Amino acid sequence: MKPATQTAPDKSHWPPLLEQAVHEVFKIMLSCELQPPDGSSEDHQPGDFTSMVGLAGDLCGVLTLRCSMASAMLMTSKMLGTDPGTVDEQVWDAVGEVANMVAGNFKNKLPGLGDRCMLSVPTVITGGDYNCHALADAGRIEVMQLFEGSPIVVALEIHT
Amino acid sequence: MKKICALIVDDSSVMRKIVERSLRQAGIELSEVREAGNGAEALSAVNQGGVDLVLCDINMPVMDGIEFLKQMQTVELAKGVPVVMITTEGNEAHVVQALSVGARGYIRKPFTSDQVKQHVIPVLEGKS
Repeated sequence: MKPATQTAPDKSHWPPLLEQAVHEVFKIMLSCELQPPDGSSEDHQPGDFTSMVGLAGDLCGVLTLRCSMASAMLMTSKMLGTDPGTVDEQVWDAVGEVANMVAGNFKNKLPGLGDRCMLSVPTVITGGDYNCHALADAGRIEVMQLFEGSPIVVALEIHT
Repeated sequence: MKKICALIVDDSSVMRKIVERSLRQAGIELSEVREAGNGAEALSAVNQGGVDLVLCDINMPVMDGIEFLKQMQTVELAKGVPVVMITTEGNEAHVVQALSVGARGYIRKPFTSDQVKQHVIPVLEGKS
């Protein structure tokens, strides 16, 4: 049998799976329904809070979740069931976990991949004055949604 | 069901709080909650005795959940204490590996309190 690692995966069905993975994490862990972007939100930068999770194995790449600091604080308060004003450094941990769960939920939706793809520990970056140059050479999937009216962008940079 | 002492093992403090809240929402009465950020800390916690249930992540620094399960079997005070894994790594190989080294249940993140109830109550009642 031809090893799975030599088979080029059909990625055409991945964007809706990524969107589904994002929606499920927000619905289950934050009790929040994401909304599709409206015309005005597409022109806005998602913000200066970026959480990144690496994938290695049969699927190599980087999943990033980008949002504003206000959205990150709100995500944290919804996860913990606390007032947004009481959120402190837990925001790094919380949004890192959201990215981790989105990445895990996405890869678990790809048949046969779960066993052959590992996730890294999340990394969180703050500040918007940077460009991310992932050495991805097999495409990029991006999902933009509105979280409580503010844009969040989840992107998967894919390496071969 | 009697009140229990739960040990929650996850390198994310936010996730530990979410797991604790899910246990309470599932109607499980907690007399005590202990937290550990990795398997090594969890071993120290079970060594103190009195733990009735362990909920454990797999991917953690220092000592992961699978190694914790293996080492826990050598701890006298931990014998018979059920362990339920709660992890993003929900693929079949991880499930089989965790069950083969003593896990009694498996919950995949993201999870609801209903799923926690569904997996944890039978374990506490000795039905799983």
